[in-house]
Amino acid sequence: MNVLTLLVEWFSDPAQWTGTAGIPARLGEHVYYSLLGLLLSTAIAVPVGLITGHTGVGGFLTTSLANFARALPTIGVLFLIVLLAGIGLVPVVCALVALAVPPILVNTHEGVRGVDPRLRDAALGMGMRGREVLFKLELPVATPLILLGMRTAAVQVVATATIAAYVGVGGLGRYIVDGQARQDLSMLLGGSVLVVALAVVTTLLFAGLRRLLVAPGLRAEAAAAR
Amino acid sequence: MIAADASGGVAALDWVMGIIDWAAANWSHPGEPDRGILPRLLEHMRLSYVSILIGLVIALPLGLACVRWSPVYPPVLTGVNVLYAVPSIALFFLMLPYTGFSDWTAIIPLALYTLVVLLPNVVDGLRQVPEHVRQAAVAMGFGPLRRLVAVELPVAVPVIIAGLRVASVATISMVSVASLVGLGGLGQLIVSEGFRRQFDAPIVVGIVLTVLLALATDTVLVIAQRLLTPWAHAGKGRLARKRAARAEAAAAGRDAAVGSGSTPDHPESP
Repeated sequence: MNVLTLLVEWFSDPAQWTGTAGIPARLGEHVYYSLLGLLLSTAIAVPVGLITGHTGVGGFLTTSLANFARALPTIGVLFLIVLLAGIGLVPVVCALVALAVPPILVNTHEGVRGVDPRLRDAALGMGMRGREVLFKLELPVATPLILLGMRTAAVQVVATATIAAYVGVGGLGRYIVDGQARQDLSMLLGGSVLVVALAVVTTLLFAGLRRLLVAPGLRAEAAAAR
Repeated sequence: MIAADASGGVAALDWVMGIIDWAAANWSHPGEPDRGILPRLLEHMRLSYVSILIGLVIALPLGLACVRWSPVYPPVLTGVNVLYAVPSIALFFLMLPYTGFSDWTAIIPLALYTLVVLLPNVVDGLRQVPEHVRQAAVAMGFGPLRRLVAVELPVAVPVIIAGLRVASVATISMVSVASLVGLGGLGQLIVSEGFRRQFDAPIVVGIVLTVLLALATDTVLVIAQRLLTPWAHAGKGRLARKRAARAEAAAAGRDAAVGSGSTPDHPESP
């Protein structure tokens, strides 16, 4: 029983590639949950981080809260919300948001805080107002760190969306849960490999996004620093 | 939480009291040492602390090697980052055929995960030892080993501990996932006592104890740092605070803070 041959057999079975339980459908569900969780968390965390970082108000509180939230066991949050609110997409997305907000929030806050005060002075000296300083200077300079936080969050979200299957929703986790229940090692392995592949693709996507979104000047500077 | 649609504060209070009652009644069972909350908590501590320790024991020599032979560092870091992308639950399952239901099924993946924070922090910590300090040690006749143990490592302690703090919080919260594979720890409280029986008290107790354990561990590490680096707090408040702030920044890790591009954290070429 070689692990590799098991995997090859599982992936080469044509039945695996069609229908609602096929790999494309499950992959689609998984990506859908992950994207939903990540986009919601970004929509919450980036504005809050920008405000606390820009004004300095409540910065200590939010970063402490975020670090505190990192200690929350995700499966505990997920199962508790399922018990209270019932099975469905809501508890899954809530748990993913709880997981993804802290790294994005902390990085956005630190990114804006960490902008060189001389740059900020220069922007003010050029006559920029508070909001212009935020969007024309602080946000672009903080972008690499924000993307890094989002990448950390995205990888964790992709990995954790697996758990959605435990509360009766779809996604690649189904293969892992059902494989475990049926003692079907090849299914379990296949599901795990797919999740790993998706996580690696996510990492690569963020490398591309970084190239796309970070201002060329900042990229050159980072390269020089290295 | 549950009280949002119930009749306000009284219901919430009842809910909390019910959970506390359950926790008190099930804390430990004198006759059966393996049942109750306390044994799960101890299991959780064992699994997470052993993982963190093993991670540190790997990260120190590996970090040293990466500082001595710097071309080794980028590929090693990329490898560690790719490993981190492997979901914990998948890794636990992949370990099962080899390690069965022993502690190692949880400990090996968790220890590998800690490297993603610990390794960069060990490397950055050692790299930031000022050249003049190193040269002073050489001039005083310190050999390479003595210089490392007596000078370089102590100077790197704040950054290393900062990494340990991030790694320990992450590990303690991740141990819970191991219970989905059938391993112990507070996650077992959440999964088998709580979720499978549709009973909220064990889940809440599991979450609260996990968070408390993480906070307690964090506090211990902060105290350890103070004890290990007495010079950082002796007088000159401003400088010391600045240094602490910088260590803190490195703490927020790999994720946060190092905007200067000094953290090569971009596995763009896997």
